[in-house]
Amino acid sequence: MKDFGYLAAADVATAVREIRPGAKFLGGGTNLVDLMREGVESPDTVIDISRLPLTGIDTGPDGTVRIGALVRNSDLAAHPMIRARFPMLAQAVLMGASGQLRNMATVGGNLLQRTRCPYFYDGTLPCNKREPGSGCAAIGGFNRMHAILGTSESCIATHPSDMCVALAALDATVEVESVRGTRRIPLLDFHRLPGDTPHVETALEPDELITAVELPANPVAALSRYRKVRDRASYAFALVSVAAALRVEDGRVAAVRLALGGVAAKPWRAVEAERVLTGAPATDAEFDRAAGAELAQAVPQSANGFKIELAKRTITATLRRLAEGTPA
Amino acid sequence: MTLPVHEPGASQPHPRGTGRNPATGTRRTGRHQPRVTTRVDSGEAEQFSVLGRPLDRVDGHAKTTGRARYSAEYAYPNLAHAALVCSTIPRGRITAIDTAAAAALPGVLAVLTHHNAPALKPPQKPTPVNLATLAPGTTVNYLNTDEVHWNGQPVAVVVAETVDIALAAARLVRPSYTELPSTLDFKAAVPDAHPQRRNAMLMPGGGSKGDAEAALAAAPVSVDLRFTTPMHNHNALEPHATTAVWDGDELTVHDGTQNIDWTRRHLAHRFGLPLARVRVISTFVGGGFGGKGSVWAGTILAPLAARATGRPVRLMLTREDVYRTVGGRTPSIQRVALGATADGRLTSLIHTSITQLGRVGGHPEQVVSQSRHLYAAENILVEQRQVDLDAVANTSMRAPGESIGTYALEVGMDELAYRVGLDPIELRRRNEPERNPLDGKAFSHRRVLETFAIGAERFGWAARTPEPGSMRDGRWLVGMGVAAAYHPAWQLPASVTVRLAADGSVVVKCAFHEIGVGAATAQAQITAHALGVPVEAIRVEHGDSDLPAGPGAGGSAQTASVASSLLEACAKVRREVFELAGRSADSPLRGRRLADVRARAGGLFAGAAGETYARILTRAGRSHVDGVVGSTSRLGELADQARFVAKFLRDGRRWVKAASGAQFCEVRVDPDTGEVRVSRWAGVFDIGTVVNAKTAASQLRGGIVMGIGLALGEETLVDPATGRIVNATLAEYHVPVHADVPHIDVTCLDDPDPTMPLGVLGAGEVGITGVGAAVANAVFHATGRRIRDLPITLDKLL
Repeated sequence: MKDFGYLAAADVATAVREIRPGAKFLGGGTNLVDLMREGVESPDTVIDISRLPLTGIDTGPDGTVRIGALVRNSDLAAHPMIRARFPMLAQAVLMGASGQLRNMATVGGNLLQRTRCPYFYDGTLPCNKREPGSGCAAIGGFNRMHAILGTSESCIATHPSDMCVALAALDATVEVESVRGTRRIPLLDFHRLPGDTPHVETALEPDELITAVELPANPVAALSRYRKVRDRASYAFALVSVAAALRVEDGRVAAVRLALGGVAAKPWRAVEAERVLTGAPATDAEFDRAAGAELAQAVPQSANGFKIELAKRTITATLRRLAEGTPA
Repeated sequence: MTLPVHEPGASQPHPRGTGRNPATGTRRTGRHQPRVTTRVDSGEAEQFSVLGRPLDRVDGHAKTTGRARYSAEYAYPNLAHAALVCSTIPRGRITAIDTAAAAALPGVLAVLTHHNAPALKPPQKPTPVNLATLAPGTTVNYLNTDEVHWNGQPVAVVVAETVDIALAAARLVRPSYTELPSTLDFKAAVPDAHPQRRNAMLMPGGGSKGDAEAALAAAPVSVDLRFTTPMHNHNALEPHATTAVWDGDELTVHDGTQNIDWTRRHLAHRFGLPLARVRVISTFVGGGFGGKGSVWAGTILAPLAARATGRPVRLMLTREDVYRTVGGRTPSIQRVALGATADGRLTSLIHTSITQLGRVGGHPEQVVSQSRHLYAAENILVEQRQVDLDAVANTSMRAPGESIGTYALEVGMDELAYRVGLDPIELRRRNEPERNPLDGKAFSHRRVLETFAIGAERFGWAARTPEPGSMRDGRWLVGMGVAAAYHPAWQLPASVTVRLAADGSVVVKCAFHEIGVGAATAQAQITAHALGVPVEAIRVEHGDSDLPAGPGAGGSAQTASVASSLLEACAKVRREVFELAGRSADSPLRGRRLADVRARAGGLFAGAAGETYARILTRAGRSHVDGVVGSTSRLGELADQARFVAKFLRDGRRWVKAASGAQFCEVRVDPDTGEVRVSRWAGVFDIGTVVNAKTAASQLRGGIVMGIGLALGEETLVDPATGRIVNATLAEYHVPVHADVPHIDVTCLDDPDPTMPLGVLGAGEVGITGVGAAVANAVFHATGRRIRDLPITLDKLL
């Protein structure tokens, strides 16, 4: 790892004042330090924000929940109110990483996780995300784990976060701060599809610090679950994941929220499937139809075509279990 | 604990006829009708040997408290740290290496390349006269050549004050290459596969009896199947590490190795040193699985870096370095074809394989090994072919051959069972051979069917309904599968010294290897058994080339190999002590016959008459008595080796020896997603004598866990265009995690093999064999889907 400077920020104002090109904020370090060891990230200064007072989980008078950017993943998943009102979020967090990593990893850092594409990590192979213009070794290479939605000819990487998939389904907002003030970015606009600039991954400006994530009150969220399909029982990234909330009234879908993970460079809100489902009979056939509608735009790579079928099946199975009222 | 005092030998009958179940601590009696009875009480246990008891490891406390030191944990004054620079092309020549930026980094001591590295002698050609010539993993003379032979070959070494500086500087080294044409894609190279070359040191891979192809064509029932298995890497917890220290022209190397003697001899050759000037210390090794059985680049480059810089040097490979510079298990393509009568008697068994070799090293994997021994087919054809690739040399990995060979053969048997309409265990019963099917040799010991019978009982096989997809638990599809386990038993030469002191304490010296299996504990128990002293009175010194040379820790052979010499050494001690006693009129042993004397209670006794070692030695004025087995002179070593080879060949003509067993697996499969979870496991094994019930069960259980990885997740991805390993990390190379591993029920017959030292057949490898097939067969039973390409990932089941 390259030598770097270290600065511990005492407050948010100091942190955003000190940030500049070549510097990186350090939260839990579970991803950044890894990338520094691999030589993918090489900041000249690390600004340690882990002591900032951004660790609260608070509920506003209108029911909006504000989660501080430095809330540890373990604390978020264990929070009784989160478990009761947003079960899919608690489940998603618990299905990521390991207990040790979740004890360190923060909410803000989780939003900024970088892809696990092996070609991104291997500095000897081309990767447009790591080195713009160098090419993409994953296209035509080993791409079993890669994206089927929103890809481009520049990049087919996925976003690895589980938490973000739940946040996408829950209409979360990201609060960011810089010397220019505070700004709020809808989560669905926070992560970007690759286009021809896959190295630009989020709407975050280089000088902005994530301070909180907000979840609007949403009664259907209490009827939700997160289903992660992966290659082993734990400690593996999603091949496909589904965050779903469903309320059925008189046999019909009264409200639905659906997002997919492991399929795109961003957590994928299944807008088309939600449109098909809303008001439709809560049956397997309709779930299948909605899943098919969402995946109609999927583009397989050489080795990941199975993800299209897997995503459809996982959507249907997850909605079925919610419709049956099966406990998570 | 008693033992008749006579000369031990290879055919010595085992003193016991009873044994314990290591998983439960229960005992069974009788040879053919095992009964699991309640745990022995301590009074009864006294009359049984210390052999087999589930003792805690003698080094367990040191390991769990961090006192046990591994090869990267020796802190020499002025220690420098090395890091590797590995090639990024598969084949070519280095045209230039820009080291300026790396050398300029503060703290960098040297950047070594083929331009400035000290000269080394190239590796020797393998010869049966000197088995240590088999030591090197590859034939490359690292940093003494501009040639690149695979993507990942070390081409430079950075030495620096800290490991962080060394690693950072290594990234700044910029080699330039001229690429040469290369062959990288295993499957694409298959048409060029060549018949296995005869190698003086390897058993022939092929063999035939009758006309298997004609019999297959004529068989009323048959299957003809093609299987593939991918490349695997060992992924021992401890990455390969070497600490090298020069004192003048004396070299001391701490190296995590499975073969101290070969490592020492190889380093002496490469550095042009007399053997006596090289010491290799490998007290504790954090797992090997075959990955530390050969000498790989790091072991050579650490002393090279130390010589070049005049500093002690530690080189601990990164996990990625291990993937790039140490070989793994070859991929394979296999054909299993079985022909049978309508009632399931095999008329034809064909098993052929294609595996890979590196152009600069690697051994032909013995994929069809078990197919020469398991079933009584009238006609048999087994054959192995290889392709040569510009890839890192393949190497042994836990049960090389049988781990992946049993997968194909035992899935084939399961498919045949369905064709014939027989229970798969019954099919095996109908094809159990009386003698070795290929050549009619005798089995030294054969209890395969009994392991199936016990396993069926313990696992609840009778509850299985044979129809695929017929068993469910809620939404999960449930499947049960079974497969045979098989691994040959080997014995290697070992030199051992046993010193019995006048205070009754015992020191055992042998440079064997503790790679995590509990080797010192097992040998302490064998010593306690042979001398009739408490385990607490014994100290076992191992893992150091200053000690008498031990065998390599490979082939599941270490315990039996050391035990053979250890028993002989203990017999020498007993005889000398007996003679000392007989010289004194005061000794109750005077006038007794040696054959009537038993070693027990810290001394020698003929019936009730006897006395302690301490008393005999003290009276005789002796501080100690030594039992020495094995020569320390070069001539003596050659004579020992010749004797060993002669016995090896003689035994090989008479007997087929193997550990065996039965693997029972239950899986649950999600019908929506194809996710497979192993939910139950029972393994029953015939490993001969169980020396320590706890460590033996751990080894077998570990083999099963590794087999679950082989079945469901493990796959080294080699980019077919660049030859580069793409998933050189434990995040993307999927070994099982805890949640993937169910309760594993392990049972051992604990019945001694009459031809092996102490009756030991070996426990290190048989546990992984059959596992892939048992999982695949269970998946078929759950889903009706045959997966003939490992690993069984969910996309193959959608």
